[in-house]
Formats: sequence, structure tokens, C-alpha cells
Amino acid sequence: MADLSIDFAGIKSPNPFWLASAPPTNSAYQVNKAFEQGWGGAVWKTIGAPVLNVSSRYGGYEYGTQKLVAINNIELISDRPMDVNLREIAEVKKLWPDRAVIASAMVESTPEAWRDVIMKIEDTGADGIELNYGCPHGMSERGMGSAVGQVPEYCTMITEWVTQITRLPVIVKLTPNISDITLPAQAAVAGGANALSLINTINSVIGVDLDSFQLRPNVGGQGSHGGYAGPAVKPIALHMLSAVAGNDDVATAKLPISGMGGIQTWRDAAEFLLLGATSLQVCTAVMHYGFRIIDDLTDGLSNWLDEKGAASVSEIIGASLPRVASFGDLDLSHRVVARIDPETCINCNLCYVACDEGAHQCIDLTVDGLKIDPATYSGSVKPEPVVREDDCVGCNLCSLVCPVDACISMVELPSGRDPVTWNQLTQQQPEVLEWPGMKTYRDKVGIDIH
Amino acid sequence: MDKTPLSLEALQARFQELEPPLSKHEAKVEAHRCLYCYDAPCIAACPTSIDVPTFIRKIGTGNVLGAATTILEANLMGASCSRVCPVEELCEGACVLGGDHKPIEIGRLQRYAMDYLYERDVMPFTPEPSNGRRVAVVGAGPAGLTCAGELAKLGYDVTVYDKNPLPGGLSTYGIVVMREPIRVALEEVEFIKKLGVKVETGVAVGEDVTADDLLGGYDAVFLGVGMGAVPDLRVPGEDLEGVTEALSFIAETKLAEKEGLEHLQDLPLGRRVAVIGAGNTAIDAATIAKRLGAERVTIVYRRSEAEMTAYDFEYRFIKNEGVSFEFLSQPVEIVGNDGQVSGLKCVKMQLSNPGDDGRPRPIPVPDSEFVIECDQVIKAIGQQKFGALFEHFGLDVERGYLTVDEGLRTSHPQIFAGGDCIRATGEAMTVTATEDGKQAAKSIHAWLGTAVAAD
Repeated sequence: MADLSIDFAGIKSPNPFWLASAPPTNSAYQVNKAFEQGWGGAVWKTIGAPVLNVSSRYGGYEYGTQKLVAINNIELISDRPMDVNLREIAEVKKLWPDRAVIASAMVESTPEAWRDVIMKIEDTGADGIELNYGCPHGMSERGMGSAVGQVPEYCTMITEWVTQITRLPVIVKLTPNISDITLPAQAAVAGGANALSLINTINSVIGVDLDSFQLRPNVGGQGSHGGYAGPAVKPIALHMLSAVAGNDDVATAKLPISGMGGIQTWRDAAEFLLLGATSLQVCTAVMHYGFRIIDDLTDGLSNWLDEKGAASVSEIIGASLPRVASFGDLDLSHRVVARIDPETCINCNLCYVACDEGAHQCIDLTVDGLKIDPATYSGSVKPEPVVREDDCVGCNLCSLVCPVDACISMVELPSGRDPVTWNQLTQQQPEVLEWPGMKTYRDKVGIDIH
Repeated sequence: MDKTPLSLEALQARFQELEPPLSKHEAKVEAHRCLYCYDAPCIAACPTSIDVPTFIRKIGTGNVLGAATTILEANLMGASCSRVCPVEELCEGACVLGGDHKPIEIGRLQRYAMDYLYERDVMPFTPEPSNGRRVAVVGAGPAGLTCAGELAKLGYDVTVYDKNPLPGGLSTYGIVVMREPIRVALEEVEFIKKLGVKVETGVAVGEDVTADDLLGGYDAVFLGVGMGAVPDLRVPGEDLEGVTEALSFIAETKLAEKEGLEHLQDLPLGRRVAVIGAGNTAIDAATIAKRLGAERVTIVYRRSEAEMTAYDFEYRFIKNEGVSFEFLSQPVEIVGNDGQVSGLKCVKMQLSNPGDDGRPRPIPVPDSEFVIECDQVIKAIGQQKFGALFEHFGLDVERGYLTVDEGLRTSHPQIFAGGDCIRATGEAMTVTATEDGKQAAKSIHAWLGTAVAAD
């Protein structure tokens, strides 16, 4: 069994799974319960400025029969008095010395306010501090949360206020509500942060009720934008994680990253690890199913690590980062084509319509090897989809819509052309940047676009 | 003869629809299992070509009214068909998921959509303005109602005549309650009437109304008269108390259900029942007898299991109901006691070389007579054709069935026909009758519509 323990900027935990700063970490009752079930750590629900919450608070995005493909919320930071939170953080840490207990804070943007809250957190015995620069609703309007995270200069300034006065590891939590997340990441590095965490929730309106025309969640007939999270945000989180993990400043400073955004299963977790996350934070999956999911998260991750021959989590952290490239560095001569296995094909012909109407018209419907027109065909033999490999651009779409496992495979074929990237090509033959030059080049190397 | 020994509660449990309706959530989950195939095989497998993937997708998105409309555009008998179609032989049998998954429950999804529409009493169609043409339809079964409804949508003035007191044909009288409650059949008739169709029941064409009346009073006539009564066995004892025929036996239970299931308690029922024949009607009659509480129900068939014309799923079903079988047995006499049936005398048969119809011919085994003790005999040995009626119209027939061309026109240019009365070959199903009605309406419109445009 693989070693799941991690050391995150000096914060140790028996496994990489932490509860994110959110409703599941609102109280000692919840965090104790989570630790009993095996969670490696918890980032306490953000403490700081006094707030009042509204009712209702959460909105769900249901797709097909899947509930909570995503959730959004307009709940604010903890509305429990600060001294209650601080007392409970201290109690929990004392009870669970081997788990990571991290306090999250968000206060008015003054050095005094931050000094005050940091000193109080230090007294609890917490293992670290997460600076919440991410919350996109409610607090941002008061100059906190994402209002800080979206301005790199504020990011650096406040991080400096904190890192200069505390001995605890400082984790800066980044907002995705920004055009380039590496800017606040670099700003946090400049401010002396010990670690980063991302992503916070994405600004969103989750939906409109078709009967009442009211926004969801509905507060007395009105609604407001809220933070979007859950499975649907994972691809965005993975992109931002890979961008930050691959950033030179972050890499040089060797800052560990706590990854989050849509982690529901050990599979999601493994992807975050491969793209450079050291610890993993989970919220929506727990809000949906409860703390018990930790069993499969740890067990599944451990079995997968064993299968891959990795003795510990640390061996695979960032293992896929070298595979993150910019488009200009991709090999233009790489060639794959789709191949449909007639033995397993069930003739749903979704590949045909997807290719014909949604992509590049490279699949024919055939009967006895002869192409038929589905608009006029009336025979009794069910037509079979067949890929015209010479025309197939290798877009993957057919294999993505195919409902049968492994029926459509993307097969690598020689293109007959030497490897070349767009960056190399445009450097060596800048004439391809004009259409006549491009035509000449295509004719020469035999690129035919049908 | 006895009556059912069962309480009303027991009858209610036994005479409700076999399949429960899908709940809203079940329908949504099932709809989302559908792959939404392109050029889907279920459409091709449906005799009325319902756009199955489209209506299922509409259920999935919550557009259930739209789903019902998609169904009705192809099949005005959508509610009946969703209940009585042999779906495993048709749409569900063609489902691409049937290979290594469970096929989509297309029939139950269709019923869900149709129930939704009927519960809300919605009319999704607006008939065209009247075009002044008149069409008479004979027979208010699935073929006639469909033909009438389709023509009414196109602006025709249509009157349907039916000799029975209630419209609906086999849906009303002939499909067992557990498969289709009479309410569903009658709601379907009301839907057709809302399209502007007039329905005249209790009118026997050929007697109360003549062929000349119809041909003189209407631009076209559609005959969807189905089939007649079950023929006699032509064995001694057929007039004994306790001998009945399957269609009226089933019809009585349908009518009892209409008035309230307690009326089932008034029906005569034997303790030991012999049903003669092994088609779907025989299965239905045996099912009813068993569910009414008969102690022993035996299906008597002169050929073997392999030659039965009932569907496989019907045969599986009836065996589960606890009905027993006497294969290779030919009734030769109904034995009586004081004018009341006391047994069915049969002779054992063996199969020999196939006859003209390609099926093995049963021939009697000498000295093999035996008696099945019973106090009720139900005949289900097929149905007679309406020979006299066809003669009254002067129409060509072949083996008793009306002769029609590809456009379902009979030998008389003004008369079209469809449904069981033309089905000399192939399966006689509600859905094929419905398709006939639809196609005949198209033919009539193609013929009369040109003249309308020219008027």
C-alpha cells in the first residue's frame, strides 16, 4: 500500500485530502466527525469580519439525471462569533495532532486588522493560515476576498503584512475570476507566501426558475451572483493549476500548491496530483454525499498508486507537468485517425451524425461496403459507419460520442511528414503566415484539406 | 355455473394494469438512458414510424406535451399502442441497447407521455378549415378512428359508424383490462371526436344504413370493420350451458370494469375452464378466467407448443399465471350433464407433413379419446370474416379478406379499407391497423384533395 502522507510547506497530514474552507468546516462538530472518518486535514471556514447571511444560499446545477453537477452559493464567511471559532479550532487541533488544521482568514484590508486576526490564529495552535483572496460574492463588495485577489499589488501587500508577522506557513488562496491567474500567483510569491491554493469559486448565476422567472438561489424574489463549484469546474481548475504549477516564479520558489475545484473521486484527485498539486481540497462532493467519501478517495488513490508502482504520493506529484505545452510547440505532423470496431459497434450512428454535422464529414454510412445516403436509404440492412481514413482529421469527436467502451479507437498513423511545430515552421518559413505561402507549403508537404 | 369466489379487493388487485405507470422520476431516468440514435432502428421497427428518439428526448427535457404530440403525429392511437403493442417484437426489440444492456422501455415511456396528455385533456392539433368533402368510416376501431382523425385534421367532414353500443372496437371490447383499461380506449375516441369527427354507434352498416346511402352521401368510404364472431366448433354439445366464446367473455369483463369492478362478481365462471385455441385471444381468455378465480384453466390446442400463434412473452406470461396446457388435443364433443357442461372430450393428435399453410398438419391418433373435466368451455379458434357485408358493398375478397391495392383502395374506387379485415397475411395488431387508417387517409386525401384544390 502506497504512502499517502504529505508534507505541505511543513504542514503534515496522513493523506492529501483536506476539507476546503466552506460549509463542511464550519464547526468543531463537523471537523471532528470528518477526522474520525479519515480526512487528512481541514481548512476551517473563513473567519474574520462580522457578517450576516441570507436565506436561501445555494443553487444546484442539475444535468440530465445528475444532481449537483455544480453548486453555487451566496453564503458568506463564518457568521459564528470569532472567539467561538478560535476556541473550536484550538480544541480540534489538540484532539487531532496528526491532522492538518488550517485557519482561513479574511478581514478588512488594514495591517491592524490582519495583525489582530493572525495573532489570534497563532494562539489556537493551528498548523497554517490560508488567506482567502478568492470569495467572489458578498465580501468582494466590501473590498475583501476576490477584490484583493484580482489586484496583484494588493495581493503582494497583504501577503507581506501577514508573512512578516507570523511563524506559521501562509497559504494564499487564488481567485479564478481573473484573466491570468499566474499574475496573483506571482504576486503572492513576491509577498513571501509559503504555499498557494486554487481555485476558489467562479462567479456565476446558476439558473433562472422557469415558472417564477426568479434567479436561483432566490432571496425574497431577488437573486445575486454567487460562487460556482463542483464537478463542472474541474477542467477550469486543472488548467489554472497547470498554469500556476508551470509558472517559473512559483517553481523557482518551490511553493507547494493545494489543488481544488470539482474533486469528487480519487480519479479527479489523481489528475490534480499529476498536474502539480501536493494537497487536495474537497467541498462540493462532501456537501452532496457527506464525509464518508473519504474511504474511496484514499483507498482508490492508494490502489492506483500501487498499480502504477509508486511507493508514495510524492512520486507522482507534477508527473504530467512536462506534458503541458503551448499550442505553438505541438507537432503539426502528428497524425491519428478514428477506427470503428464493427464487432462491438451497436449501430447507434451517433458518430456519423456528429462527424457529418458537427465536425469534418469523414464517416460514411455503408451497406455491404457501399456508401448510402441516409436521407433516401430504405433497405432493411442497418447501415454501418465506416471512417474514410484519408479524410479523417483525427479530431476525436466520434470517439467522444460513442457510447460503447473502446469501440472507436484513435490510431496513430505515419503522416509522411517530418515533425515540425508551428513556432518552428513560422520561424523557418515565415511566408506561411500569408495564404499564398501557406498554400505553397501545404502543396509541398502534401497537406490536403477536404 | 358459479361466479368468482374473489372479494372486490382481490379483483381490484388482479384487474389493474399489469405494468404500473412510470413515475415522473422513473420516466426521466429511463429517457436519459436513451442514446438518441441517429436514424434509429426503433423508428424503422414501428409500423407507424413514431419518431421514438425525439419523443424520448422531449420527456427527458421535461417537454412531455411535446413528446405526446410527436407520438400522435405518427399514431393517433398512441395510448392504446403503448399498452398493447408487442414491443419486444417491435421498437424495443430493435433497440441498440438490447444487445448487452436492457433496451429502453419505449412502450412505458410512450404511455407516460400519452397519460400526461390525456390527464390534462390537451388537444395539440388544430384541424384545417372544412374543405367541404365528406367521408364515411365504417368501424370505430383503431383503423377507422385513425383514418377519421387524420382526415378531420385535413378538414374533412367525417362520420364513423359502428354497430356496437360503444366505440373503440377491440380496444374497447377485446383487449383485456390488465393490458388496456376501457377508459383508455374511450378517451382515445373522445380525442378523435375533438378533431371534429362524428361517431354514430349502434348503427349496423348493411342493415340500418346501406352501401348506397354511404356511397351516395359521402365522397369516400373507409371500411375498418375488423373481424366477426368466433366460429362454431361444429361438435356435439356446443349449445350446452357453460359454452361461450372468448371475445364476448373478454368483452363482459371490459364492460364490467367500466361500470365498476364489483360487476365482475356477476359474471358466470366455471371452476374448471377449458379454453380451445392457442392464439393471443385464447391466452387473454385463459388469463381472465384464472384471474377471476377459476380453480383450473386448461388451454386445449390441436398442435404443439412450437406452432402456437401467441407471442412468446404471452406464452411465458400465461404459464406464470398457472394455466395448464393440453397440446396435440382436438375437441370432438362437449359433454354435458343436465344441460350443463361437464367435460370436453378430445382426441389425441400427432403432427404430420406441413399443409398448404406451411404448418405441420395435426392428424388424429386412433382410439385416443379422453375427457377433460370442466364446467366451462371457452372457444378461441379465430374469427369469422364479414363476408355478407363485403358482398353488400360488392367488393372483391380473397380468402374472405378484402382485396386492396397499395393505397388501400378496394375494388370499388370510392371505397378504401384497412385493419384486420384486409390482413390476409402478416400480424394483425392494433398498430398495423392504425397505420392502415393513416395510409388510407393519405390515399383518400391524395384522391379527393386534388379535386378540392380544383373546386
